Amino acid sequence: MEFAELIKTPRADNVVLHRPFYPAVEGTLCLTGHHLIFSSRRQDNAEELWLLHSNIDSIEKRFVGSLGTIIIKCKDLRVIQLDIPGMEESLNIASSIEALSTLDSVTLMYPFFYRPMFEIVEDGWRLFLPDQEFELLSSVTDEWRLSCVNKEFTVCPSYPPVVIVPKSIDDEALRKVATFRHGSRFPVLSYYHKKNGMVMMRSSQPLTGTNGRRCKEDEKLINATLRPGKRGYIIDTRSLNVAQQARAKGGGFEQEAHYPQWRRIHKSIERFNILQESLIKLVEACNDQSHNMDRWLSKLEASNWLTHIKEILTAACLAAQCIDREGASVLVHGTEGTDSTLQVTSLAQIILDPRCRTIRGFESLVVREWLQAGHPFQQRCAQSAYSNSKQKWEAPVFLLFLDCVWQILRQFPCSFEFNEQFLLMLFEHAYASQFGTFLGNNESERSKLKLPQKTMSLWSWVNRSEELSKFQNPLFEANSLVIWPSVAPQSLQLWEGVFLRWNRSSKFLDEAQEEMLNIINYNKELQAKVNALRRQLAEMETDDKMLKSL
Amino acid sequence: QVEQVKLLDRFSTSNKSLTGTLYLTATHLLFIDSSQRETWILHHHIAAVEKLPLTTSGCPLVIQCKNFRIVHFVVPRERDCHDIYNSLLQLSRTAKYEELYAFSYNPKQNESEQVKGWQLIDLAEEYKRMGVPNDYWQLSDANRDYKVCETYPRELYVPRTASKPIIVGSSKFRSKGRFPVLSYYHKNKEAAICRCSQPLSGFSARCLEDEHMLQAISKANPSNRYMYVMDTRPKLNAMANRAAGKGYENEDNYSNIRFQFVGIENIHVMRSSLQKLLEVSGTRGLSVNDFLSGLESSGWLRHIKAVLDAALFLVKAIAVESASVLVHCSDGWDRTSQVCSLGALLLDSYYRTIKGFMVLIEKDWISFGHKFSDRCCQLDGDPKEISPVFTQFLESVWNLTEQFPQAFEFNEAFLLQIHEHVHSCQFGNFLANCQKEREELKLKEKTYSLWPFLLSEQKKYQNPLYDPDFSPELTLLEPNTVSFNFKFWRNMYHQFDRSMHPRQSVFNLIMNMSEQNKQLEEDIKELEAKIKQRNGQPDTALVKEHQQSAPSVPVALKTPPCFKKEQPLIPVRDAVRTIEGSNTADNRYSEFVEEFSKAEPAVVSLEYGVARMTC
Repeated sequence: MEFAELIKTPRADNVVLHRPFYPAVEGTLCLTGHHLIFSSRRQDNAEELWLLHSNIDSIEKRFVGSLGTIIIKCKDLRVIQLDIPGMEESLNIASSIEALSTLDSVTLMYPFFYRPMFEIVEDGWRLFLPDQEFELLSSVTDEWRLSCVNKEFTVCPSYPPVVIVPKSIDDEALRKVATFRHGSRFPVLSYYHKKNGMVMMRSSQPLTGTNGRRCKEDEKLINATLRPGKRGYIIDTRSLNVAQQARAKGGGFEQEAHYPQWRRIHKSIERFNILQESLIKLVEACNDQSHNMDRWLSKLEASNWLTHIKEILTAACLAAQCIDREGASVLVHGTEGTDSTLQVTSLAQIILDPRCRTIRGFESLVVREWLQAGHPFQQRCAQSAYSNSKQKWEAPVFLLFLDCVWQILRQFPCSFEFNEQFLLMLFEHAYASQFGTFLGNNESERSKLKLPQKTMSLWSWVNRSEELSKFQNPLFEANSLVIWPSVAPQSLQLWEGVFLRWNRSSKFLDEAQEEMLNIINYNKELQAKVNALRRQLAEMETDDKMLKSL
Repeated sequence: QVEQVKLLDRFSTSNKSLTGTLYLTATHLLFIDSSQRETWILHHHIAAVEKLPLTTSGCPLVIQCKNFRIVHFVVPRERDCHDIYNSLLQLSRTAKYEELYAFSYNPKQNESEQVKGWQLIDLAEEYKRMGVPNDYWQLSDANRDYKVCETYPRELYVPRTASKPIIVGSSKFRSKGRFPVLSYYHKNKEAAICRCSQPLSGFSARCLEDEHMLQAISKANPSNRYMYVMDTRPKLNAMANRAAGKGYENEDNYSNIRFQFVGIENIHVMRSSLQKLLEVSGTRGLSVNDFLSGLESSGWLRHIKAVLDAALFLVKAIAVESASVLVHCSDGWDRTSQVCSLGALLLDSYYRTIKGFMVLIEKDWISFGHKFSDRCCQLDGDPKEISPVFTQFLESVWNLTEQFPQAFEFNEAFLLQIHEHVHSCQFGNFLANCQKEREELKLKEKTYSLWPFLLSEQKKYQNPLYDPDFSPELTLLEPNTVSFNFKFWRNMYHQFDRSMHPRQSVFNLIMNMSEQNKQLEEDIKELEAKIKQRNGQPDTALVKEHQQSAPSVPVALKTPPCFKKEQPLIPVRDAVRTIEGSNTADNRYSEFVEEFSKAEPAVVSLEYGVARMTC
């Protein structure tokens, strides 16, 4: 298919662009296969707006006489308006945008066409491979091994080709366990806590069904992670009720009788459309400036967004607490083990492991616990808050995770190497990107699409020093402690950087941020200077002494 | 002195506690725990003491403070608890001003320092700074002996054309004699903020002198002959007042006025609103939705927004239309003070400095007779007179500092410290209800002023991001009052609940850093001088290296902390980077595990229903 077929009117003049907090500008609108490009005619201030079609969540069109108005709502929550003269042109452009922003085929997406203008120093596709991760692990323990049982994605389609499992469990057993777990997601290692050797594993629900099926290999596998005489915790991210209901559909939970060394805790974390609706309601509330205080607060409450944040954070804290404070190993799962499970395991690592609070470490965490772990990004991020069609698979699971990280970052502003911008960037790229990183739903799909060969990795771009400097937290001071965030409602806040970003001018806040940077940089400068002068003086003094002693 | 007293964690569900000894001094309640940490509570800060039913571990005693600290003690013996309870009741309720802490507080200053302290803020100087007296405004001696209005200061500025009979006539037509006077004069626009109380208009009464007075005000503004009259009350309240012979201005009787209601609720609504807010925020195991719906139903943020919206209306009239504005409510000492002072703060960058803010409070709150004694319950009095009007003012200012991080010379700690001392009765400034009472009490001789103390530790209150050029003099600060900009002021209402705050403070870090920068600049100068000297005279004897590190502050033990109170917002220099207080025990998610690791029965469902364990 040629994009040209979809573009009936590639260009329109005298288009007026309206954006919040900016004066309206007149200019030319161009449509290409992947971008909507607006450039102002004014010479003095030749402004250009490049918008990826894939970033467009929904569009609305209106007509007043022959003047067409298109309102474009983006997945990054921005809303812009274009006034286009001419009925036909407007209609053509609107239908082109609609078609181009909802392309079915992944291979038509921009990452397959994008040619980077920068030199690739380090290929992001080759970073964060499981082997490297395992190497780190084997330097502290020899109880684990790399298994290639899933080499051709034959055992579990949503797992990567290699996974880390207890050494004592062979591949044959793994195959059997896979048949006992939803989507074949057998328990694998998620995190090893060096401090006390406790581990966190993740899986999907066991397929116990109504008649209480059991699987000896499954029991053996997870028991292999326990120290003699020790207990472990299973954190089920569903309520007990939901878990019980799952049995009717062949799913279920670990029976106490078959797993006597494990204690199960149910922490209810919402899924799918409930989360999507929550996002839609929250964005609706934030976008309406006319709300009086009562209405705003009740809308904020009704969205339940912060409730979800609290639930997820609490579950993650609990997992971290079991590992660090109770000295127990933990298994986390919900139903599929691809959503709330990953929220809990990845956040627990942020709390426990200082490495995950560095830029590299966080990237590695996203790769391990989200991309390789098979979070279906393409399904979840197909639409964002402005989708009006009934959604089935969309859910802001990853955004909620980023929001939780932001909450912890706010409480421990010096403990993270990255800043809010970094989280914001990941949010944007998860929904629409020129890079291939977040395409596909799991490693199997990615390998079929040959993404590493055909597209550029987000990490190749981010990890260049020019880009990296934007994402660095100037206050960072490595801190090897476990950081326990507060989950009291008074401590949780709306993530304004995402949800109010387009709804208010942040000029004064940005300027203040800049001033803060100035102070920090000036401090470094002064300290360097003082040290240099000290050294100079000391040298002079020793010279003097030598002169005198001569 | 009572030993073996337990201090419970306010938000903990398991009965975690600190054990220590409770001491009762003449001015403070002191708790020293086993690790020698001290908790000082000033008797005047105590808002309520409650004895709960006896438990197996002892007799619980809950103390609520005006600075929103809540402490929960368990005293082993009921008799001791009863004694403490009775003593605290007596000590926290004072019948006479002379018994307040300010009269016994002695900061080791000599008399001339004390006098100088009181002279720090000079309102006559302030009016001069504004540009009055001038061709249109003059100092009136009408109230020199508090004859016209008891609750006003002696010195008042009025339009030149307002003669004494007009003033006296107008004052008779205004509630409590509070006739229209100048509160702020905007040099560039030649417009004024004036304040007064409601007119005694009833349904039809009018007063020629009062009409003259308003005319004089509008004529005193050459840029715009129209003036606004802002009634800060909801219209319904104002109308109800007419039945009592009070009310609001009839536009037909006054030439050139535009009348406007702005709808700020009265002191009783505000009092119960805060009460609800505190009830909600003090709930154990609070869910997000209960918090948000409680925040909504308390109406607290709605009231804060109403106050700021009113101030915004006022400053727009002045800055955009160059019109003078007369502000009143019922008596003109609560809502009027809020709106006038916030208006001036938005118009004039001077009030956004540390000194300027003190001047603003002295002028619009203290001198114009905001009833601090009644509103803050300094003496044992009518509980219906208590209201957090001044707290709302501080919160409005805090909201502005959040929106304009570079516009204010002071920081949040400054606002919190002022709030602390409005209730502490440790300094004379806020005692009593009006200037006349203060003079009668001879406060300037018998007590000390707060301001010099705050100035002497200015460093603590400085905003490191402050940019004096942020807004040039007399340019308007225009806040965005969309609802989502208003946030719950955690650092005020949970000031003492450490577990709720960020464990690392960017603000403190930057503050220390900019402090350190100054020191480093000094060091560089010194080092450069030494090097230069050396280069010039290579034979000089060795100069000892300048010692750079800041001396550590000695901790004065067992002295009532006049300023060394626990400062959760300002930890000491080096503590900033350590993450103290971040442990599972401080947070509520911790207790699930603690409890169920002990519990062995087959089915345990835990208190919150958040964590549940089954077999």
